[in-house]
Amino acid sequence: MTTTIRLQQEDFDAAAEATALTRGRTSIGAVVTFTGICRGGERGESVAAMTLEHYPGMAEAEIARHVEEAKGRWPLLGVTVIHRYGRLVPGDNIVLVVTAAAHRGEAFAAAEFLIDYLKTSAPFWKQEERSDGKTWVDAKSTDDAAAARWSRVPRKPEAAE
Amino acid sequence: MKVLYFAWVRERVGKADEMLEPPTEIRTVAEFMRWLSGRGEEYAHAFENGQVIRVAIDKTHAKPDALIAGAREIAFFPPMTGG
Repeated sequence: MTTTIRLQQEDFDAAAEATALTRGRTSIGAVVTFTGICRGGERGESVAAMTLEHYPGMAEAEIARHVEEAKGRWPLLGVTVIHRYGRLVPGDNIVLVVTAAAHRGEAFAAAEFLIDYLKTSAPFWKQEERSDGKTWVDAKSTDDAAAARWSRVPRKPEAAE
Repeated sequence: MKVLYFAWVRERVGKADEMLEPPTEIRTVAEFMRWLSGRGEEYAHAFENGQVIRVAIDKTHAKPDALIAGAREIAFFPPMTGG
């Protein structure tokens, strides 16, 4: 199991990260990549930029805790999580989750689990810049609901063949 | 102990971190927030909706009834909006 967790200001290359995770490892049969991207508009209002603040040390620890949790639930062969911070403009990458496994079921499930928990429990905060000034983004109840549904999924499900 | 503030809690308090020693009768996270609220207008404003503010003790999420004894670092912040 290969785990890479990085917080960085600079951009990332999703394809290069997926290749790096799987190169030379023939036990891997599925790799899923999720990329979160800065949107140019929210609820009909245009967003000029967003700034991501984070809690150094705790952000890495929270991500690592959820990667461990994912490893306990699914037979994963590799995970890469990269989260950017600082000022981003529409079209910029924000977050990358890459999961590798023998089969697609666990790779898809683990990627979704990780991004759902990242959104609600990793200490990052988005501030949007709009024509009328800067606004801290409110947490969405739909994100809480997305993370909560994983607490109803039994741990250590049988791996799908 | 080191106290940290993030996002709009940081903006309202007017500082990112500070060293504070709450009185010994302050035992829980919730009591600590009430004590902070009494430190001035900026703190009262930051903690006016205390139920929405999240807390971490030594970089681990903590509940309002968590004990603060022995903590080296306590952070206060709004609900997270990363990802």
